[in-house]
Formats: sequence, C-alpha cells, structure tokens
Amino acid sequence: MSQTTHQLLKNKKKNILELWMKNQLADEGLREDLISNDELRSQSEELITALVGNLSSGDFTNLDSDEWSPVIEILGGIAITRARQGFSPRETGNFVFSLKEAILEILTIELKGDPMKLFTESQKINRLMDNLSVVTFETFIKGREEVILRQTDEITEISTPVIRVWDGILALPIIGTLDSARTQIVMENLLQEIVETGSSIAILDISGVPAVDSLVAQHLIKTVSATRLMGAECIISGIRPEIAQTVVHLGIDLSNIITKATLASALAYSFKVMRLEVKKISAVSKS
Amino acid sequence: MSIQVDLYDRLALNLEADLVQMVNKTSAKGVLIDISAVSIVDSFMGRIIGNIASMSKILDAETVVVGMQPAVAITLIELGLPLKGVHTALDMEKGMRLLKSMIDETEEDADEDQTADDLITE
Repeated sequence: MSQTTHQLLKNKKKNILELWMKNQLADEGLREDLISNDELRSQSEELITALVGNLSSGDFTNLDSDEWSPVIEILGGIAITRARQGFSPRETGNFVFSLKEAILEILTIELKGDPMKLFTESQKINRLMDNLSVVTFETFIKGREEVILRQTDEITEISTPVIRVWDGILALPIIGTLDSARTQIVMENLLQEIVETGSSIAILDISGVPAVDSLVAQHLIKTVSATRLMGAECIISGIRPEIAQTVVHLGIDLSNIITKATLASALAYSFKVMRLEVKKISAVSKS
Repeated sequence: MSIQVDLYDRLALNLEADLVQMVNKTSAKGVLIDISAVSIVDSFMGRIIGNIASMSKILDAETVVVGMQPAVAITLIELGLPLKGVHTALDMEKGMRLLKSMIDETEEDADEDQTADDLITE
C-alpha cells in the first residue's frame, strides 16, 4: 500500500464511512429488527478506524501479524455476535463486502487520473478485504457452532429430569436416543439424586426411547447395576412390544433386571416393595 | 466396620484378613461395610470387597456395603465389577435393617449381628 493511498484513505475515512453506511442502509437485507442503526454505525466506525490505522503499517498481505490483531479481533467480535443474534451468513458477509465497495468507490474517485495506480491499489484492497471476509466467515461459523454445542448441552441437560414420584421412589423418563454421553449424564443425575433424597427405588422409563440396540441395552444394564451398588433398586419400565422383541432377538439378557411394561405397574410394584397401599376412601356422607 | 480413609492395597489386604478372623471369632451373622468416606476405588479394591463377601458367605454371614458414593459406583461399573453377591444399602440405618431382615429369614433365633468397629487409621 503506497503512502499516498493510505493517506488518502485516512483523509477520506469519513466519506468511506458515510458511503458504507449508505450502502448498508440501502441494502434490502438490512435487519433493523436485529440491530439498531446506531449500533450498526458504531460497529462500522470501530472497524474502519482499526482498519485505516493498520493500513499505515504497509504490510497487509500477512494478516497473521500482530498489527492486524485488533482488526481481526473487532471483526471476530462482530461476526460472533451476529451469529448469536441470528444473522444469516449472507447478511454477515455483506457487512464486509459493502465496506469493500465503499473503499473501492472512494479510490476510483480519488485516483481517476492514474488508471494504472488505481488498478494496482484496487487489487491490493481487494485481496485484503477478501482475506478479512474469510476471517469473518470462519469466526461466524465458529460462533454458530458454539451456539449449536450449547444447545446440545442444554437439550441433554433438560431431557434427563429426575422426578420424585413418591417418598423414596424416583422416576427418570428417558426421551430420545441413549448414547454413551447421555447415559453418563443420566447415571450421574440419578445416582446424585438417590444420595440426596435417600430413595430406595428408581424407575427408568424408556417409553420415549425409539429403539433399543445392544449398545443401549448395555447402557441400561450399567445404569441398573450402578443403582444397585448405591443400595437402591432399579426398575425399567415402558418397554414396548417391539423393544421387547428386539431385545430378545439380539440375545440380550435382562432376566436379572426388574422390568415392567408401564410406569404405572412399576409404581405399583414399588409400593408393594415398600409395603405401601393405595386405598380408595369411601365417600363420606355429610352429616 | 467403617472405613474412614482411602484404602491402600496393603491396608485392604490386612483388612480382609482381620475381618474374616473377626467374623470367625465372634461368629457374626452379618458384616456391614460403610464406604461412605471412600472416594477412590480401583479394580483391586472392588475385588477385595467381593472377596470379603464371598468369605463371609462361606462363614455364614451376609455382607452389606453401605454409603457408596455415585462416583465410586460408576467407577466400579465401568471396571466391570457389579459386585454380584454383595448386598447394598444407602446408609448405615438401611443397611442394618436389611441385615436384620436377612438374618431373621435365615435364623429363627435372631442373633444380634456383629459389627466390628475397626476404625482404620493410617
């Protein structure tokens, strides 16, 4: 970047910003619902200031160097917040591309008299902005992935509730597929709850588990054994006919585990074990 | 018997020997092992507990392990040691009740079950 161009950009910073803002605001894809114009403006200004400040260093092919880190940081921050706010990739990309447009436009006006120079400088700016776009996208995708990961964690967290159905009886409805990671969470939650509530019976309800293969069965057996080690009894309920079929066909031995067809019958069994009786009270006549 | 420290292998072996001797001497009908203070187990430890249960069984005493922590339970399961033949309970109180009921079933004259208070210190 020759000195003059850099100087020129520095002097024209305001113009570039104005032009850029105009481009952005004129864009049909402007998301006023997600970001206010003032906020957009401050973001843009921040980025331009950092960018123009760094252009002075001359070397702008190597974005890994330290002097570019503030720009990368600002861009990264913007990209991540946009990913979280739910901007589409196109909208996020346009943020950077519209800046390129603005810079090139200003350059064209300023260097009208020197086509050769205009061409070389434009090339440089192009390359720089493309690199910045790539960085923006990388960060954007990373931000999106973080969101997805967090959601996955949340789903695992909320999909394994441990319910106290009675004093000393816990129920744990499992919804969705059981993989190793989830089994681990289910097991930990269940055992923790057993310790905290001092429950002696735990009912694992698998009516929400779509399929049981040998691996899932293995996980279930593990959970049951762990519960037994803690000194509580574990009942598996909610076994659908097709699951029973699969289990038998796969040759999985569940004979040493108490299994019940429904949560209700598991609860009835628990009452029997705890020597509890549920009685219907005969209607009391009003005297 | 209550175990108050994390067990070292040597300690565990001594414990095993002492306990079997004790069961024999007092002709105890039940052994209650409280491992609520044990936070780390390995396969060796798991085997020792299994051994104690088997030995006691031969000497006609039931073994109940109480107060196992979740982490310990998960570890033992992952190691493939489901401790078959060992009875378990949540806490001392429940363990004693379980022992009593088991002994009452096997014995007409309900012996007081013996728990040796070997507080193991380093």
